[in-house]
Amino acid sequence: MSDPSANSQTDDLLAPTAGLSGGVRTASKHDSGPKHVAGEAVYIDDIIEPFGTLHLAPGAATIAHGKITKMDLSKVRSAPGVVCVLTADDIPGVNDVSPAHTHDEPVLPDGLVQFYGQPVFCVAAETRAQARAAAKLADIEYEELPAVLLVDEALEKQLFVAPPHVMKQGDAASALAKAKHRRSARMEIGGQDHFYLEGQITFAVPQEDGDVLLHCSTQHPSEVQHNIANVLGRPANAVTVEVRRMGGGFGGKETQASQWAALAAIVAVKTGRPAKFRLDRDDDMIMTGKRHDFIVDYDVGFDDDGRICGLDIQYAANCGFSADLSAAIADRAMFHTDNAYYLGDVEIRSYRCKTNLVSNTAFRGFGGPQGMVAIERIIDEIAMTVGRDPLDVRIANYYGTDDRNTTPYHMVVEDNVLGDLTDDILAASDYRKRRADVEAFNAQSPVLKKGLSLTPVKFGISFTTSFLNQAGALIHVYQDGSVHLNHGGTEMGQGLFIKVAQVVAEEFQIDLDQIKITATNTGKVPNTSATAASSGADMNGMAARDAAMTIKNRLITFAAEKYGVAEAAVRFVPGKVIIGDQAELSFADVIKQAYLARVSLSATGYYATPKIHYDRENASGRPFYYFAYGMACSEVLIDTLTGENKVTRVDIIHDVGRSLNPAIDRGQIEGGFIQGMGWLTTEELWWDDKGNLRTHAPSTYKIPACSDRPEDFRMELWSSGRNVEKTIHRSKAVGEPPLMLAISVHRAIADAIASVADHKVIPALNTPATPEAVLYAVADVAKRMMQNVGQSMPAAGE
Amino acid sequence: MTQHTDITMRADIRFLLGDEERSLRNIDPQMTVLDYLRLEERKSGTKEGCAEGDCGACTVIIGEPNGDGGMAYRTVNACIQFVPTLDGKQLLTVEHLKSKDGSLHPVQQAMVETHGSQCGFCTPGFVMSLYQLWLDGGEEDRGAINDALAGNLCRCTGYGPIIEAARNAGGVAANDTTEQKRRTDLATRLSDMVKDAGTLAVEHAAGRYYAPRTSDELAALLVAHPDATVLAGGTDVGLWVTKMLKRLDPIIYIGDVADLKSVSETETAVTIGAGVTYSRAHDALGRVAADVGELIRRIGSRQIRNAGTVGGNVANGSPIGDMPPALIALGAKIVLRMGDVTRDVPLEEFFVSYGKQDRMPGEFVQSVIVPKPALGMTFKAYKISKRFDQDITAVLGAFAIRIADGKVAEFRAAFGGMAGTPMRAKKCEAALIGQDWNEASLSAAQLALASDFAPMTDMRASKEYRMLVAQNLLTKLFIETSAPDVATRLVGKEAAHV
Ligand SMILES: Cc1cc2nc3c(=O)[nH]c(=O)nc-3n(C[C@H](O)[C@H](O)[C@H](O)COP(=O)(O)OP(=O)(O)OC[C@H]3O[C@@H](n4cnc5c(N)ncnc54)[C@H](O)[C@@H]3O)c2cc1C
Ligand code: FES
Ligand code: FES
Repeated sequence: MSDPSANSQTDDLLAPTAGLSGGVRTASKHDSGPKHVAGEAVYIDDIIEPFGTLHLAPGAATIAHGKITKMDLSKVRSAPGVVCVLTADDIPGVNDVSPAHTHDEPVLPDGLVQFYGQPVFCVAAETRAQARAAAKLADIEYEELPAVLLVDEALEKQLFVAPPHVMKQGDAASALAKAKHRRSARMEIGGQDHFYLEGQITFAVPQEDGDVLLHCSTQHPSEVQHNIANVLGRPANAVTVEVRRMGGGFGGKETQASQWAALAAIVAVKTGRPAKFRLDRDDDMIMTGKRHDFIVDYDVGFDDDGRICGLDIQYAANCGFSADLSAAIADRAMFHTDNAYYLGDVEIRSYRCKTNLVSNTAFRGFGGPQGMVAIERIIDEIAMTVGRDPLDVRIANYYGTDDRNTTPYHMVVEDNVLGDLTDDILAASDYRKRRADVEAFNAQSPVLKKGLSLTPVKFGISFTTSFLNQAGALIHVYQDGSVHLNHGGTEMGQGLFIKVAQVVAEEFQIDLDQIKITATNTGKVPNTSATAASSGADMNGMAARDAAMTIKNRLITFAAEKYGVAEAAVRFVPGKVIIGDQAELSFADVIKQAYLARVSLSATGYYATPKIHYDRENASGRPFYYFAYGMACSEVLIDTLTGENKVTRVDIIHDVGRSLNPAIDRGQIEGGFIQGMGWLTTEELWWDDKGNLRTHAPSTYKIPACSDRPEDFRMELWSSGRNVEKTIHRSKAVGEPPLMLAISVHRAIADAIASVADHKVIPALNTPATPEAVLYAVADVAKRMMQNVGQSMPAAGE
Repeated sequence: MTQHTDITMRADIRFLLGDEERSLRNIDPQMTVLDYLRLEERKSGTKEGCAEGDCGACTVIIGEPNGDGGMAYRTVNACIQFVPTLDGKQLLTVEHLKSKDGSLHPVQQAMVETHGSQCGFCTPGFVMSLYQLWLDGGEEDRGAINDALAGNLCRCTGYGPIIEAARNAGGVAANDTTEQKRRTDLATRLSDMVKDAGTLAVEHAAGRYYAPRTSDELAALLVAHPDATVLAGGTDVGLWVTKMLKRLDPIIYIGDVADLKSVSETETAVTIGAGVTYSRAHDALGRVAADVGELIRRIGSRQIRNAGTVGGNVANGSPIGDMPPALIALGAKIVLRMGDVTRDVPLEEFFVSYGKQDRMPGEFVQSVIVPKPALGMTFKAYKISKRFDQDITAVLGAFAIRIADGKVAEFRAAFGGMAGTPMRAKKCEAALIGQDWNEASLSAAQLALASDFAPMTDMRASKEYRMLVAQNLLTKLFIETSAPDVATRLVGKEAAHV
């Protein structure tokens, strides 16, 4: 009966519905805004603890790889306040929290340490301070094994967490052999810590029958539920997971919550007391996974115009000690090797390297950024080689609309808006003139140099694991017409809850404040997918709309029957229901009448993304429902004496289709951009030669601060944006894509570095572009320029 | 009240939480203000994001009499402040901002209007930093807003809407007499609360804490407890507790010692008492040289500068503290006191070796004397770190140079991050003094620098980078002193050519 993707006509509108407060397309404020600013929004650590709540702390390994030969925890057990101590032996069910059922991620290791800082035991005490103090008292001895800390070494030894994967179109080798120009190089791409402001936390409350209720800061309540049920050796229905809001997620709470949830759950069930596990920031950074660092080796062929005619590219992803989601993440890097460009004959190989480091995980963009930053560097290098403006080389390589439109995984790009977007960003940013200005500035400035770059983003929307593209919702309408909304998506600040509520307000034509947004709970909507892959609003919006339509259709049938009009004559308009020429009732009155007439006012909703299919074996199909596009032009200033750098101006135009909520979307775009900028500039992860992460706190790991936000920051939602697919009100996903707009920053820095040698020498700039990395690249460019005097071709920059 | 070396002691910590009086007995003196709020008061609006002063989620405001009949307010990181330091003060948290009728405060409203919160976890901290701006009359300048918010990290918003909220929120009007009266009354109330009550002495099973009110008391207490931990702003000491889980016993707090809180300035020098925060020393030290001011602007964050002291920075002895290289290049001295005996030490001699300073048990830093550069002397300092704001130095170079007739007449160069202590680069200095100030002598000085130092590799920088950038800082000095038209700075441009 109800098909949520059978779009209603209002879907395509640009303006909000008149007379409705808080329907779609309005810049509604974040539902929690007034609570956030007053300190009244309740995070898990803020829930009033029942009397007797225990607190957990982890005990960490101090080697990167080895066997535990002795673990004497007697001092831990006898420390003040300690109630219980857990080791691998205390796990009642399966000792595994691997998300993809690879059985390689123990809750606590059974004798084998696989990374420095791995929790090997866990303490529960009366207070958190007591637990933390006790955790330091263990006497542990190890037999060390050789630790593999570098990706190259893992690659050489063929140590993988998942099998290598290949994607290809045409014949890259012979295309390369025929190419007029060829360039090969290596790029190293750094990882990134999520640095969500709220660290990992679970608060476990024991229930009857040995069941447990978990308040868990997770993007994936269903997975936590299933994992913890396994760990407890209980069926899934013994575990309920609830999350009202997270203090940030960014992918870091897609799989990383389970381990702490499991330990808290075990303690709660074992002691019958509530148990809270909140990781200290340093432990959080040491013990949880991050964005994968990559090594990319490439060999590209191109013509005099800079058009790519063949590419052989190899990714080696540093996965850490276990698989986690690495296979899908490494896949997504492959999927985004093309970014916005037709690559022709291409071969993409990917290795998922196993190292003795914490297991890397999802992070906004999910591998996509690593693929894209590599191809954008390649394009710049091509441009320098053929002596064209990099933007012109980008345009020359853009996907075509009628031809040159197949991706390396054989999907036809049907929604290409690159040309129009480029025209608009060119005008907005005044790129051509500013290119000349930058050159003029650099000519007269010996120390400070400017750089400019304009880069596109084309990002595939859908989980590439097709079955994950499903969502559920639950709506109750109470007798007074107030609405209770629930769905499987989680709120981590991205504004999902308000967007979905707006969809429901629009469907019922009631004001937003009549809808109660409620905590995600596995007891209400089961078997959900993670709130990830930017899919939250697309899928949960549709599922909620489906539920609303079910109720609405029941109301229509009821009203048509009762008032004797055709169903088509029953119309929902702002605040009211018009029943032909018979009646005009408030929404609440219709609800009251329907209740008395025994019409069900509760419904579930469901959505499965259409059109997608993917044959992974042959790396071929349509893994993405559609693409999200955006463009950014960044200008930077670097100091050639110190390598310090600063972004001075940014212009962004981003395509969110028909925005569900322009204010929320803008927030995602600028927040994503700044986060991407941090990844590519100041955020450096540094391990010592023992595999001990030494940047495990904000004192040493530097995310962007307020002054890093470019002074001149201009951003527009693309006014022509419209999803050609029938997504929820023709909107587009916005969570991840904007992060990759920041690649323009990295490329602008490289441009500034290249100016030192008059763009005659290609800078070998890796990520992040810390002052140190930039100064080395400057020095290297200057040195090679001296060596090259007399030669005409730029030297390769490895 | 207990008797202790002739000082009248008092055991209860008295302060205002908002408007409510608190008198705490029997509290672990190293409990942090954040834990106190969240665990004891069950006020969970203030968040913990790092427990080390770096994220600002725990930002609260401390109000205290300003000595002039009014109130002085400052933001601090609740996560690294100990509860007894609240004595005699008012503590304001995010819960205190709404008006009685439940409506949001203008800074809160501005944050809602600009969509300034996403996940909201950083938000209470930002609100408090914005509230501080509001209390100070409001702020629209982007640079000043950056400085006020440098200690608040937000991972979601990218800061744009928060900056806008800061600009939109406005501030208390300078001529708002109701507000002035409120502050005067409050100052009186706070003063009365601890007046004649004696010196705070917390003697808890977990540890002891003393907060002397005069230098003489302090000197006597330190003689009695030579092994005590001296606590100033706690921006180093706090982390020993929250991160290293140390027990400190006893703690002697110098923040309430009235006569250590003075800043005095003459034609030739500025003297900073050991109890003076960076924020309060900023103006006077900025007058010593523009780059000293710029350096302080970049130390920690507003919250850190509102608590941390120059004395603590020096006494801590870190090789990457920011003030020592600058102060050494300027030829500063510190004044140490033990019992009734004081002595002066040139700062460069104070740092003996890594982790070891020329300070005896029972001795404390009384003040730091910073000479102003003599006529013709130019002072420059360059701090290199991964991030401009609130970052710890990788390399810091500070130079005092006098050029006369094209020659280097005087030159003092001191570096941080290049050795186990902040240290002068004596070979480098020798290579330049008496030479023409030109590219050849610059190269010689750079070469000499390589024999002055053998820096280390760590997470902040490699040893190669440290050396290269240190040498390049000499180039920067050369350009700034010889080619004034050349742009040389990404930040702190104002200080480049003065
Ligand atoms: C987030 C953050 C950012 C920071 N950023 C910077 C930065 O950018 N640059 C920088 O240099 N530092 C920085 N620091 C370190 C710290 O703020 C400074 O070293 C500060 O100057 C310490 O002063 P304090 O008053 O807080 O000292 P405290 O922490 O109170 O004390 C520090 C040490 O000095 C001793 N001490 C203090 N006063 C005296 C005295 N009068 N006599 C004898 N001993 C004394 C203490 O016993 C202790 O050993 C930062 C710290 C944090 C937490
Ligand atoms: S909790 Fe991060 S600064 Fe206090
Ligand atoms: S709103 Fe999430 S960290 Fe600022």
